[in-house]
Amino acid sequence: MNILKPAMAGTLESSDAQITVEPAEGGVELHISSSVLSQYGRQIRAVVLDTLARLGVEGAFVTVVDKGALDCTLRARVECAVFRACGVEADYPWGGAIRP
Amino acid sequence: MINAVNRAIPDSLLKGGRRAFSGSNARDGQTFEKKGPRVRICEKPFESKVLPSIREAVVRCGLADGMTVSFHHHFRNGDFVVNLVMKEIAELGIRDITIAASSVGDAHDPVAAYIEEGVVTGLQTSGIRGKIGEAVSHGKLKTPAILRSHGGRVRTIEEGEVHIDVAFIGAPTSDCYGNARGKGGKSDCGVLSYAMVDAEYADKVVVITDALVDFPNFPPSIQAVNVDYVVVVDSIGDPRKIASAAARMSQDPRDLLMAESCARVMAATPYFRDGFSFQTGAGGPSLAANRFIEPLLIERGIKIKWIIGGITQPAVDLLDKGLVEMIVDAQDFDVPSVRSVNSHPRHFEISTSQYANPANRGAFVNKLDFVILAALEIDTDFNVNVITGSDGVLRGAPGGHPDASAGAKCTIIVTPLVRGRMATVCESVVTVTTPGECVDVLVTDYGVAVNPRRQDLIDCLGAAGVELTTIGALKEQAYEIVGRPDPLEFEERIVAVMEARDGSILDVVRQIRPFAF
Amino acid sequence: MFLSAQRPALIKDAYIYRPDTLMLDLEDAVAENQKDAARFSLYHALKTVDYRGCERMVRINALDTEHWREDIRASVAGGADAIRIPKCESAGDVLTVVSALEAAEAEFGRGIGGTLIACALESPKGILNAYEICVACPGRMIGVAISGGDYRSAMQTSYVPGGIEMLGGRAHMIIAARAAGVQCFDTVFTDLEDMEGFRAEVIQNRQMGFDGKSIISPKQIAVVHEIFTPGEREIRRAEKIVRAVREQAARGVGVFTVDGKMIDIAFVPGAERVIALAKASGVYKGDL
Repeated sequence: MNILKPAMAGTLESSDAQITVEPAEGGVELHISSSVLSQYGRQIRAVVLDTLARLGVEGAFVTVVDKGALDCTLRARVECAVFRACGVEADYPWGGAIRP
Repeated sequence: MINAVNRAIPDSLLKGGRRAFSGSNARDGQTFEKKGPRVRICEKPFESKVLPSIREAVVRCGLADGMTVSFHHHFRNGDFVVNLVMKEIAELGIRDITIAASSVGDAHDPVAAYIEEGVVTGLQTSGIRGKIGEAVSHGKLKTPAILRSHGGRVRTIEEGEVHIDVAFIGAPTSDCYGNARGKGGKSDCGVLSYAMVDAEYADKVVVITDALVDFPNFPPSIQAVNVDYVVVVDSIGDPRKIASAAARMSQDPRDLLMAESCARVMAATPYFRDGFSFQTGAGGPSLAANRFIEPLLIERGIKIKWIIGGITQPAVDLLDKGLVEMIVDAQDFDVPSVRSVNSHPRHFEISTSQYANPANRGAFVNKLDFVILAALEIDTDFNVNVITGSDGVLRGAPGGHPDASAGAKCTIIVTPLVRGRMATVCESVVTVTTPGECVDVLVTDYGVAVNPRRQDLIDCLGAAGVELTTIGALKEQAYEIVGRPDPLEFEERIVAVMEARDGSILDVVRQIRPFAF
Repeated sequence: MFLSAQRPALIKDAYIYRPDTLMLDLEDAVAENQKDAARFSLYHALKTVDYRGCERMVRINALDTEHWREDIRASVAGGADAIRIPKCESAGDVLTVVSALEAAEAEFGRGIGGTLIACALESPKGILNAYEICVACPGRMIGVAISGGDYRSAMQTSYVPGGIEMLGGRAHMIIAARAAGVQCFDTVFTDLEDMEGFRAEVIQNRQMGFDGKSIISPKQIAVVHEIFTPGEREIRRAEKIVRAVREQAARGVGVFTVDGKMIDIAFVPGAERVIALAKASGVYKGDL
């Protein structure tokens, strides 16, 4: 998928994560801040990168402001931001590129 | 060496008679000689101990480099006294001070700067929060902080392990001779329980008040015969933070779910009979439990004999309704409890020693039936952590938790299974503040687990139809929800020592290592 | 129990309160510009969270919006147990949704017919068409629910303690549901502080014959369960009736008295239903 424009998903509420996706060349640059960084920093990075990979995102600048979101919420927010950034509004690949 | 809660205690700490924790009642039956203060004879009559300023008092007490000062925390987050005193000490150029407070908190953030500057190089306390907590966690304090329970603090002072050179006692009212009360004045805090041991064991005692009253200010919490000087200031604290407005009973469905579960657990034990005794912590579900206990008391036609601890409105309500016979009070948190201790004939002030000292001939906690407490973490050995946050930073207070847990016949910890993405029930707590052998029942929003050591409770809860799970199952559920966390990483350096009630070492806290990917 | 599919803090463990059905809402609880976000949260929650036996129903957006088709795809792909159609007004509405469900079930490899349906009747037209809605898709239809807020507006009335303004709508819907052999549920009670008013309404719901109630907060669960669960006396009486009818029938007697009241075989289905409900609620200790 090609990131066409900046987009954001999620909130700063407890148990949520705010993901911002912006177009970028050559690879994924990821910035993470989290209320549980010491314990879940690595896990958050892994989940976000994995979700981006499944969506076929090759170039993007991604910011994660995490407030203790579970993996399922992180995935949901990343996917939502990416699809918004690609201008997709229907016929989402549930169970395909989008999966737990 | 590995101590009785499976924590590794470095041999470097076990010098000069210091021991590793070897069980809750390890020192039962031992004797010791109380280490009294060096006091000044005031044989010649005089009229007043009032000095014009805190600075004057500090100078007259002969406070010098390397000495230990003490404070109480009855003014909680509304306290001005610690900052007022430390400011004078710093400006006088005195250094290497140890603060031996009953607790420090967010109100004392300015002390963090004194720690960085080397004015303060030692800290002994129960609670530690805010900037002080961060400073200590980041290794800024020159010597390891010592963390103790309320009862443990009294013992350590009596045994002379900590020698208080000057005690500064903030008092809502005092007369010119130092008879000080927790009641009355502009900043009524109800009681001065924590300061009583300081008044009896410190070499010099300074009472600081913002309401000087006629002599004699009777009955005193702090006796004038133990006081050297009195200083009058504009304000000892912010009354609204000393005695908060009564907290609204939690409406959070999760808190209520757990509170109801607590009440059911209590009612299923043989201790729930006419004349039982009871203590709660001040958290949401603990307080809400009072509301669910009330109908059970009425239904069974029984009453509580005494409630103890930090007192809040629900306890006062039960007293006013005649469902509890008396309150024995070690601290007041809110306006209703302050009002009650001022006016109710069966609401009594007690000292911290009477409340929780493990080294006297029998404190109140020894006779306690139930205590309901919270936890930041609890592990599969039922060890509890109330002092280090999920990021490893010092942010909490053992307070009376270890004391009440050790004494109560049924210690109930009530906590949600997870908080945000943090598993409360975990494999191994970051810091042990209450040993698992003292904890009997865990009530969570996902179920109730009983310590396997208490087969008797497992049997009676089962017989009463209370559904039980195991702590192992709860831990697995927690990790299933939030995912298994990476372990926190620390530096080698020890920044705080967690003492058990008897002075042995329960656990150590190391300097945090900032996270890097 | 209704909750927004968009709030991570809520959807991850609302099952601890043990509601019978969790209503994951993509409609009114979700802002217009967050409909897509709510779908992602919904899909992942359905796939990941173990709801411990709570039925997972999704309230999709209404059929006059642009969202409902994708809502259905996400719900079926996620494995939702049922779909709630808001503002349902005709059998045609139901069939439109059935058609989309079949397509989604085929696309995502779920058994055709596996996703059930419940219909919210929120307007006078919906109420009038209740029967045709109830019988529109026999294999999938759980039942109907009346939605008070929109219904009262359309009827140009407002909430009155005692429910007279809802009487016509409730009665018509219940009659239709019983004639069609499906379930019926009453609307939400929004004043969380007025527990007495709530209790009175739930009692009335039970007396009118509703099968259950929609709620918006865990604190309402206990009252609903208490009132809808058969009590001890009711269960004992039901047992007596069932046993007595069997005994008397063996002797060739069709009408007799139990505890001074006339009983015949017509009372048996009701008595059996009480025992079945008692069993399902986990309170039945007898041997019938």
